Amino acid sequence: MTGPARTPIEDVTLRLADTVAWLTTPLMPEDYLTLINPLWSSRELRGRVEAVRPETKDVASLVIRPGRGWSAHRAGQFIRVGVDVDGVRHWRTYSLSSAPERGAGRVTITVKAVPGGVVSTHLVHRTKPGTIVGLTRPQGDFVLPEPVPSRLLFVTAGSGITPVMAMLRSLARIGEMPDAIVLHSAPTREEVIFGPELRTLASRFPNLLLHERHTRSSGRLDLSQLPDLCPDWSERHVWACGPTGMLREAETYWREAGVVDRLHVEHFRPVLTGSTAGGAGHVRFLASGREADTDGATPLLVVGENAGILMSSGCRMGICYSCTGRLRSGRVRDLRTGREYGEEGEIVQTCVSAAVGNVEIEL
Amino acid sequence: MQTFSEADVEEFGRELDKIRDDVIASRGEDDARYIRRVIAVQRALEVSGRTLLFASVLPPAWLAGTAALATAKILENMEIGHNVLHGQWDWMRDPEIHSSTWEWDLVSPAGHWKYTHNYLHHTWTNVLGKDRDIGFVLLRLSPEQPWHPYYLGQPLYNAVLAPFFEWGVALHDLEVERLRGGDKSWTEVFTQLREILRKAGRQAVKDYMAFPLLAGPLFFPVLVGNLTANMTRNVWAHTVIFCGHFPDEAATFSEEQIEGETRGEWYLRQLLGSCNLTGGPLFHIMTGNLSHQIEHHLFPDLPSNRYAEIAPRVRALCERFGLPYNTGSLLRQTARVWKRVFRLALPTPKQRPEPDAAPARLQTVPAPAGYTTGIDVLGRAPALRGASG
Repeated sequence: MTGPARTPIEDVTLRLADTVAWLTTPLMPEDYLTLINPLWSSRELRGRVEAVRPETKDVASLVIRPGRGWSAHRAGQFIRVGVDVDGVRHWRTYSLSSAPERGAGRVTITVKAVPGGVVSTHLVHRTKPGTIVGLTRPQGDFVLPEPVPSRLLFVTAGSGITPVMAMLRSLARIGEMPDAIVLHSAPTREEVIFGPELRTLASRFPNLLLHERHTRSSGRLDLSQLPDLCPDWSERHVWACGPTGMLREAETYWREAGVVDRLHVEHFRPVLTGSTAGGAGHVRFLASGREADTDGATPLLVVGENAGILMSSGCRMGICYSCTGRLRSGRVRDLRTGREYGEEGEIVQTCVSAAVGNVEIEL
Repeated sequence: MQTFSEADVEEFGRELDKIRDDVIASRGEDDARYIRRVIAVQRALEVSGRTLLFASVLPPAWLAGTAALATAKILENMEIGHNVLHGQWDWMRDPEIHSSTWEWDLVSPAGHWKYTHNYLHHTWTNVLGKDRDIGFVLLRLSPEQPWHPYYLGQPLYNAVLAPFFEWGVALHDLEVERLRGGDKSWTEVFTQLREILRKAGRQAVKDYMAFPLLAGPLFFPVLVGNLTANMTRNVWAHTVIFCGHFPDEAATFSEEQIEGETRGEWYLRQLLGSCNLTGGPLFHIMTGNLSHQIEHHLFPDLPSNRYAEIAPRVRALCERFGLPYNTGSLLRQTARVWKRVFRLALPTPKQRPEPDAAPARLQTVPAPAGYTTGIDVLGRAPALRGASG
């Protein structure tokens, strides 16, 4: 990993740590220091949850103070958060909902408790201030360009508002709101995440137009209504975030209009086929020397994690390629498309691939 | 006399699998908190011990510092290192407490030990010619090992091995004896030796140079304190480990006996080849829960803090099937180990029966010589021990 150039102070700190390591070998000085403050870790970026603020009945914002190694984010980016649930570390991806922090500040993620979601329900309902979580540095290119275009359109639904909220907060803070339209869908008025804040922003900035769509009473937003809501939609740069169905529709709509280059989308989770056509099988993880049975529908990443392997992973939805491994034998199924593939030596994305029968993978 | 049939072995295995499944299903936050707390206590003890040693102009400070450091080293080696390297805590998916990232405060590199211990010793427990931990290649601890005049000195070898146990383990992991058959190449041995020297070098610099030098005028008290702490840990680990497999009643096996072994038979061998130690909760922690050697060998990758909880279930199961469950106090078991070391220093009067006369597989042991109830007061399983009983 190449980071920014080290400052002289960091240089001295590093050399000092190397020297002190002769006293702590085989451990590092930080193995002792992190017992005092876990945020001092240099091996693992961590954060401390400082507050959990309910937003709606099943959504909460977690205010997190990131530790050593954090770098400031751009509005719209996401991070991965590692949370211990029942003693087991789980990693999930969340958009940052706060505006870029000033100095060593705090950041906010906003999480919706998905029914049956181990991590999201834990974060929303059972996380207490003081909890230490694992973090990754902000990433993703779902961000506003510099300079900000003069006319913007945001199409969001549900918790898809979170990265857009970071953008709006950021623009509001600078005090220069471009001509922006927000088309946001939520089941009811009460379930609009950041509802009061969005409405306040809209009344504060005449340039900001907020269209709330309450789907339980008015039905889903049909893109054919778009020209009525926003006559110049095809001339605007669009940031869309929400359920995959909505994003697919948007992609088709903008492509057919020939302006798909103006559409920026952020996917939240992959659509898995849930097919078990491969049936049960056995996976051998060659590098770690572990084996596990699989049902043919569970991603190889999860199979490995459940077998106790420290699998490297990123987005967990097939876009970032941090979870890949080389296939030695067997075939796999892409859980997004149902396509079966795999030749010896092929690189497989473990987060969206399940074993078809027996598989050997170099992980 | 109750015989132990093939079906019994498999039933015994299924019951053990059930115990294992129960523990796995209930692993959770409390267990995670336990290991993190042990690690925090261990590191705090170590820092306190070393700090006290810096004040060792006062003799009580030297004593307290050395004791704290020795305790920290014992915890680090046994309850933490040994068990983390077994993968007992891998289920937490915490890279800081994981078998693939852990390194311990011993001269032997964790990677070497994981192979010879986790794989060779735990897979081939007490199988002659396979389990190199029987006498650690240095001693004759089974009558089936052919006698040689070299073994006359083994009480002495063992007494010397104890305080230098970590060095013994490091060299043991080199497996130099495999050079002879060409099973291992000189290149491999040299690569490993370099790794050992690198690790051991850093260990030695830390305890015998860096800390003593930092102490300035207290160079020697600190040096001696560190040396004492390391040796105390070594003697303690040596004692506990030898009590796990080498008291008189632990069985050894031949390669023919374990051919085509089933899961049930594997469990049975682990049980018969292991011995527990009795004691309180603190004693168990200080042995790294190897005082539950039987449970550890049945389930090497279950969190060590759970062994005490499942021990009564394992024991009840043994009673139900009329199997021995070897256990005793540290004193009694240590005496038995030494008795064995002394006795086997001398040639065994009767030679082991020829392989073709030996039972081919565990469950084919004929009833009178097989697993019986009330085998004897010591819970021996004579048929499995060859001629010497």
